[in-house]
Amino acid sequence: MRFPGSDRSFDADLGLADDVAARSGENIAACYQCAKCTAGCPLAPEMDLTPNQVMRCVQLGLRDIVLGSSTIWLCTTCTTCTTRCPRDIDLARVMDTLRAMALESGVQPGQPQIPLFYRIFLYLVRRTGRANELPLMAAYGLATRNPFKDLLLGQKMFLKGKLKPFSPRVGDREQVRRIFERAEGHCEDPVPARGGRGGDRGGESEPESRQQ
Amino acid sequence: MKLGYYPGCSLHATAKEFDLSTRAVCEALGLELVEIEDWNCRGATAAHALSDELAVGLAGRNLALAAQQGLEALLAPCAACFGRLKYAAKALAAGAEALPHGLDSQAAARVKVHNILDVLLNVAGVERLKERASKPISGLRPAAYYGCLLVRPPDVAEFDDPENPTSMEQILSAVGAEPVEWHHKVECCGASLAVTNTPSVVRLVAEILAHAKSAGANCVAVACPLCQTNLDTRQAAAGRRVEERLELPILYISELVGLALGIDPVNLGLARHIVDAMPLTRTAFIQPREGATAGG
Repeated sequence: MRFPGSDRSFDADLGLADDVAARSGENIAACYQCAKCTAGCPLAPEMDLTPNQVMRCVQLGLRDIVLGSSTIWLCTTCTTCTTRCPRDIDLARVMDTLRAMALESGVQPGQPQIPLFYRIFLYLVRRTGRANELPLMAAYGLATRNPFKDLLLGQKMFLKGKLKPFSPRVGDREQVRRIFERAEGHCEDPVPARGGRGGDRGGESEPESRQQ
Repeated sequence: MKLGYYPGCSLHATAKEFDLSTRAVCEALGLELVEIEDWNCRGATAAHALSDELAVGLAGRNLALAAQQGLEALLAPCAACFGRLKYAAKALAAGAEALPHGLDSQAAARVKVHNILDVLLNVAGVERLKERASKPISGLRPAAYYGCLLVRPPDVAEFDDPENPTSMEQILSAVGAEPVEWHHKVECCGASLAVTNTPSVVRLVAEILAHAKSAGANCVAVACPLCQTNLDTRQAAAGRRVEERLELPILYISELVGLALGIDPVNLGLARHIVDAMPLTRTAFIQPREGATAGG
């Protein structure tokens, strides 16, 4: 597909809109580009595609552009768009669907540190059943090779009793593990393929055997 | 009255003061909180961003445990936990299969989930709040900040108006504070982007706090641990961005109500904030209103 006035051509995947509609349960075709979603989006200034452009790209089948966009990761699920859409499209849910599709497709994510953070978060929840900010921040700092980013703030928070080195674990972790298994183990590998750490994405290594 | 209690992970660490003040206030209002035994993290944004089934499963387990333990209604003070628990209840009612064997999806779907504003306003009620408020806190002029998930999306939250909610103001007025009129009540604080995309969150926090300040607020009332953390911990950077001394303590609604009920500020956890809230609480009781001579 070629856009008027552009030299670039794009591969159109005409099944994309149907895929996204089926997985999200939302009527993609209903979007008529009023851009109310974009007008209210708090992160729109930092996105490469605005939310209405994401919808248009899905309609047009521009799979790689959508799945590789920063937009789907910058979306905080504030659901302002969902609340205001005159066509009753739950855009936040469409974004959830696109994030899952992006990870499955292996497209380079537009903001790779965000899915990395999510994976580390879920890895910790899978191990203990609970989230704890201190190990989460430490692991994220190490994985992004920037462990000192919020160190001063972390110190202050620690002194105010806001960070705990240990948190109570869930007793029935087997049940938590089964919930993860049902949902296909999205947090098998907390360190992504890129970033020079090696290791395959969705790798075969068993999380429990990893070093803490 | 007995209510199930789902504190969520934040209330055990970064938002400990939300936990302390919620428990203290509920006790003072005659509400008994029973913490769900063996509750787990409901997965935060990470879960629903990557897998809907995981998000429903993690949240749904807590609902199923509550039902097993005979708790028909729950208080989830964390706004995000509230939203995701309600979403899971709806998904399970609609037939989602996300729970492992041995957990009853239909019983889970019947558990009612309340946020803290709902409990204060509709379970305790304005009358009881007025009756128990023993300390005049009219020197406090909070900007009531709802953020996203207390009221959105409306068909999940099913609470207040999604664009111009007023329940927090009603609670604050009932206990004698003087909430200000402002228009950033339901803007997003940027949530967990604070970790991965800090400058975006500093921008959003700066916009929110600058508006609160210009509306005449001397503190901000919140009911979400992530809102509190972002507005509190990124406030210094936000102040540099707008070149203004913001100095707005960010207080949980339960802390403000607790002050009015005469509970010791330290027991409410007020000493635990990054932007110091203690000076404000000390003058709050003696300030007549519209700072005559502050005295000192």
